[in-house]
Amino acid sequence: MVHETVAATHAVVTLDVGLPGIVWGWIITMNMWAKSIGTGVIFMLFYLLKKYPHEAAAYRFKAVLVSVIAIHVFLFFTVIDLHQMFRFWHIFFHPHFTSAITVGAWMATLFVGLLLVLLYASFIKKDNVFFDKVLAWTVVLAIPVTLYTAALMAQSTAREMWQMPTEAAQMIFAATLSGSAVMILMGKTLSYEAKRDLGIILAFSALGAFILYMSELVFGPMKAEEVAAVLEFIKGNGEYATMFWMGQIVAFVAPFILVVLAILNRSTSILNLASISALIGLWISKHVWLVIPQLLNMS
Amino acid sequence: MQLGFLVDLHLCMGCKGCEIACKVENEVPLSTWRLRVKYVDVGMFPETKRTFTPLRCNHCANAPCERICPVSALHYIENGIVNIDKERCIGCAGCVMACPYGAIYIDPETQTADKCTYCAHRVASAMMPACVVACPVEANIFGDLDDKTSNISKYIQQHQGDVQVRKPEKGTFPHHYYVGGGNVHLNPLASDRVEGYSLFNKLTNKMPVGGHH
Repeated sequence: MVHETVAATHAVVTLDVGLPGIVWGWIITMNMWAKSIGTGVIFMLFYLLKKYPHEAAAYRFKAVLVSVIAIHVFLFFTVIDLHQMFRFWHIFFHPHFTSAITVGAWMATLFVGLLLVLLYASFIKKDNVFFDKVLAWTVVLAIPVTLYTAALMAQSTAREMWQMPTEAAQMIFAATLSGSAVMILMGKTLSYEAKRDLGIILAFSALGAFILYMSELVFGPMKAEEVAAVLEFIKGNGEYATMFWMGQIVAFVAPFILVVLAILNRSTSILNLASISALIGLWISKHVWLVIPQLLNMS
Repeated sequence: MQLGFLVDLHLCMGCKGCEIACKVENEVPLSTWRLRVKYVDVGMFPETKRTFTPLRCNHCANAPCERICPVSALHYIENGIVNIDKERCIGCAGCVMACPYGAIYIDPETQTADKCTYCAHRVASAMMPACVVACPVEANIFGDLDDKTSNISKYIQQHQGDVQVRKPEKGTFPHHYYVGGGNVHLNPLASDRVEGYSLFNKLTNKMPVGGHH
């Protein structure tokens, strides 16, 4: 409606301040990407221990170690993105619990605590029963830790394109996609059947995420003019169109096809390729989705 | 008490006096604005018109910035103003993402969020905000919305049907009103932004100039 109005009025901004630019950039992309891996690996470890307990037993320590590293990468990028990073402790001493940032920080801290307990149980205590009990609670907590960024994006009222529950679904798909990809790459001693299961999880996560992105692309503009304006950046000759489609293909389309080919050929090499593609593409697609709403002037 | 603002766009002539007064009063650094006046040209020569819209924080009743702030740096004070505690702010920029009006920015000097506070420090001393004092045509009207006898309440009553807020669909319930505003004034999507036509859009030096660092 507004587009037609502009054509009629020839309204042009002739004096104003410049656009504020990208405030949440690649550092936040790294944050989301690393968190997806950190929680996704835990989901996959839990699944493998239930379905393939004997062969997955060797991955208790390794998977938790990867999760700890990924979560610390996530925390590192979270802190360095703060313009006053040395005040990050304010979140714990002056908490405001209506904020998804606060809730997320507290939950992520608790999550790290449980991961450290898992490391202790697997590496020092070597107590699998204790490990599995703690792992169940860690999986439960990994769900809101995965989702809190979606809540934060939903609280970003200015960015109409980041909607709940779509973002929540995208976060879960990102976790299962990256978690299965990392486990495939890490699981040298896993059987073909276990890897095939991980591949199927990867393929369906990719398919789900792709469907959501395409749905937003096609139907989003029908609901809100702000969404339509934002999506112009990834349509046609839009500034981020190439990057968006590169992300979609590398993260979702190629891995899905590669997993199908891998299953048809019983090939773990192709599964590895699908995993690498998914991990690289996920970063790109997350980045585009993070940046484009910030290109729109709010006033 | 619920303090609010009203701008009569019929009166505003785009002198930017309010913008300068705000800059001086609040020591707003170069490249950032708590309050700015946007010019939009409408029509084609010779049938053209220039519109002026002062834009500042809306001090919403349901403020997304207050909700998203993880440390309560953005908070309500008793008179309804959404104030900011820059000593507490961690610079996460959540408020910048949340404000549908683009009213919040990261101060390049303090590296914290900043925005219009309706000159809360002046109001606390029973003074009017700097922009109100500076306006030569009294287009800025400031007062207590809960007081039916205040100038702002009377103005709203007298101009019923012509009082608007920006982006009402966001459900933020702004305490900042406009009289005489149209789509071009209030909707950022209702005008084109041609690269190179706006002031400061190629600004590269975000630090103060003149050796004052």
